[in-house]
Amino acid sequence: MSYEATFKVWRGNADGGAFQDYTVAVNEGEVVLDIIHRIQATQAGDLAVRWNCKAGKCGSCSAEVNGRPRLMCMTRMSTFTEQETVTVNPIRTFPIIKDLVTDVSYNYEKAAQIQAFTPPADVKPGEFRMQQVDVERSQEFRKCIECYLCQNVCHVIRDHEENKPKFAGPRFLMRIAELEMHPYDTADRRKLAQEDFGLGFCNITKCCTEVCPENIHITDNALIPMKERVVDTKYDPLGFLWRKFKSPDSKRSRG
Amino acid sequence: MSEIERHAYDVVVIGAGGSGLRAAIEAHEQGARTAIVCKSLLGKAHTVMAEGGIAAAMGNVWEQDNWQVHFRDTMRGGKMLNHWRMAQLHAQEAPDRVYELEAWGALFDRTKEGKISQRDFGGHRYARLAHVGDRTGLEMIRTLQQRAVSLGIDVFMECTVTQLLKDGDRIAGAFGYWRESGRFVCFEAPAVVLATGGIGKTFQITSNSWEYTGDGHALALRAGATLINMEFVQFHPTGMVWPPSVRGILITESVRGEGGVLRNSENKRFMFDYISEYFKQETADSEDEADRWYGDHVNNRRPPELLPRDEVARAINSEVKAGRSSPHGGVFLDVATRRSAEDIQRRLPSMYHQFKELADVDITKEPMEVAPTCHYVMGGVEVDPDTAQSIVPGLYAAGEVAGGMHGSNRLGGNSLSDLLVFGKRAGEYAAQYATGLDARPAIADADLDGAGRHALAPFESDSGENPYTVHQDLQKTMQSLCGIIRKEEELRQAIDVLQEYKQRVPHTSVEGNRQYNPGWHLALDLYNMLLVSECLARAALERTESRGGHTREDFPQADPVWGTKNIVCRAEGDGVAIAAQPLPEMPDELKKLFEEPAE
Repeated sequence: MSYEATFKVWRGNADGGAFQDYTVAVNEGEVVLDIIHRIQATQAGDLAVRWNCKAGKCGSCSAEVNGRPRLMCMTRMSTFTEQETVTVNPIRTFPIIKDLVTDVSYNYEKAAQIQAFTPPADVKPGEFRMQQVDVERSQEFRKCIECYLCQNVCHVIRDHEENKPKFAGPRFLMRIAELEMHPYDTADRRKLAQEDFGLGFCNITKCCTEVCPENIHITDNALIPMKERVVDTKYDPLGFLWRKFKSPDSKRSRG
Repeated sequence: MSEIERHAYDVVVIGAGGSGLRAAIEAHEQGARTAIVCKSLLGKAHTVMAEGGIAAAMGNVWEQDNWQVHFRDTMRGGKMLNHWRMAQLHAQEAPDRVYELEAWGALFDRTKEGKISQRDFGGHRYARLAHVGDRTGLEMIRTLQQRAVSLGIDVFMECTVTQLLKDGDRIAGAFGYWRESGRFVCFEAPAVVLATGGIGKTFQITSNSWEYTGDGHALALRAGATLINMEFVQFHPTGMVWPPSVRGILITESVRGEGGVLRNSENKRFMFDYISEYFKQETADSEDEADRWYGDHVNNRRPPELLPRDEVARAINSEVKAGRSSPHGGVFLDVATRRSAEDIQRRLPSMYHQFKELADVDITKEPMEVAPTCHYVMGGVEVDPDTAQSIVPGLYAAGEVAGGMHGSNRLGGNSLSDLLVFGKRAGEYAAQYATGLDARPAIADADLDGAGRHALAPFESDSGENPYTVHQDLQKTMQSLCGIIRKEEELRQAIDVLQEYKQRVPHTSVEGNRQYNPGWHLALDLYNMLLVSECLARAALERTESRGGHTREDFPQADPVWGTKNIVCRAEGDGVAIAAQPLPEMPDELKKLFEEPAE
């Protein structure tokens, strides 16, 4: 049942670092995070790693395992052969703090720039009426556990530090889509999406969708519809007039 | 320590789960300068693990529901040991707290009329849990997080508080370290809200994350506050059992709420054999009635699978002990034969995903194997029900770290509502207290020096024990001697062994430096786990009866005399002193609710 595996784990900090080899026991049913914890408990007490729920629900333990962006808690050791060396390094798009821990503050900065949910002033708490079919679109995006794997693989910012100020990544473009599709939201974030969050940089290669551990259809259901909404605003003068004269809460579809 | 980083606020909230975020939002809206300090990144707190829903008597599915019924269910679930006033406020205010989340952007599942849908859960008379599939906690934390961010509340992420600071008898602030750099930080604040969650990491098999090391419980004790009900620990009946690495991970009660049933190795729905006298009147005694109940709650009684968690956990434990267990030492939880694959995937998506990914089990086709896992501590800081203030002026507590609300056993769904109701109250009263003071309390330099020396002690020696080893040993001690079934001899043994840990915990050594060093962090967390473990063991020894989340093999019955008392813990020397204290008296108009037959 048990065997000794070879792990290569990146150790270091912002000043530099290198892969370090560990020989470590693996038991039936374990996941990569179990092995990292065993290395920590028995061989490297100061090995830095983030984790919380260990059940794929909090999105803390993102890393690149054998080059693939993964949640360590959801990567079973049985997906590797016993002879295979397992390499674990921090997600690449964000600056290193230490070992497997990166500085993800970029994401919190982008999140703070988005105008919050803005319901009509005359709807009081408890008065909201929405049909299940109308909330499901945004509910899909609210499954996001903010693991930032989509941010990590997005080619616009992976290895392109210079794009970070003008691009918010799939996670936060999807957050805009989520709010825009909320039946009761009255704000308009299309300009933010296009001009500040760089929606135009996205050329729908779907890398984000592929790595999403929640299987959210980020590209098809959030990014492409957002692109369509933005295009409508920019190049559709009749639509512009229509929106100008309709009431601010007409996005609402009541049940 | 003159160079230490300092921040001044009116209210500092420690913890960024549901209660911490709700407290901070309220304190901010009351005009207090407010900060949140949390051990993990914002949005990762243990609240995200809550699956089933938020209990609130909105009456959207069963219009017969109201706060009185919810209050009654909660008190009976806690075997009447709850603080009646907390249970009352909770039942009365929960609906407004849920509506408020919706106004802040939460998207709950809907009824056909477009209202917030509500689902069935153990111990609740009516379908009462507002939910989003089986990821309600995530929805709640995201909503509160986004609200807090939009209000511009300062958040100190990955920052651990190791000590509360006082000026005379009242709170003056908090001392801690940045996990990233290991540098110290001091928060000057006349009001501190503890929202640190529970103590699950003192046990080996737990659904709790690394953060659950009893920090708030221990900080409060050391600051002179009292804890109550520490003997009551909830072992959730359904944790995963296989493979070993996932042992303890939670399986939501919604599986049973959605029709799932428990069976033993003989394929028997064994819960019918475990209906206690206490719940007999309101529980179905045949499979037919139990199954009819899902469609008609008024004319049928609840299935025994939906008894409160303590009852179900004990039953599973007994089945396993009697040799009727599943292959890996649990029992079977079957939803596959009860609901269509489509329904299961729609109503329980994350359970489907979790079993598929972690255990190679397709829950639409096969049963799950389950066994109890340490999930929640009913005990916590003794607080005033209305204000959430402890006996220390300026120190507040809300959520799991507070005690009294759930008595000896918490009903599923009552945690998320507790977080919201008392988080709001704690924030509100902390803000009023802080902004109403004439003079701000001062922090003594000597206290900061002392806190700093304590925090650095694990670096002093390189010949001490590995903190991970000490932690694993402590978990084994608690699991084997203070677990789901307890007895005098073992509890005495636990108390003796815990004295040995008082030598071991201060003599750990850590490698490396102060930058993001989990070994060091654990070495400091151990002090908290040890202190709460002692509270638990001493209170459990004292209570010579079985009630809710405290089961004594040597005293298997509930004792009416103990039913009128709480056990209070306070810090004394390097240990814990306990005393019995009478329960607060419930007013007559509430007592009447228990005289009527189960309606």
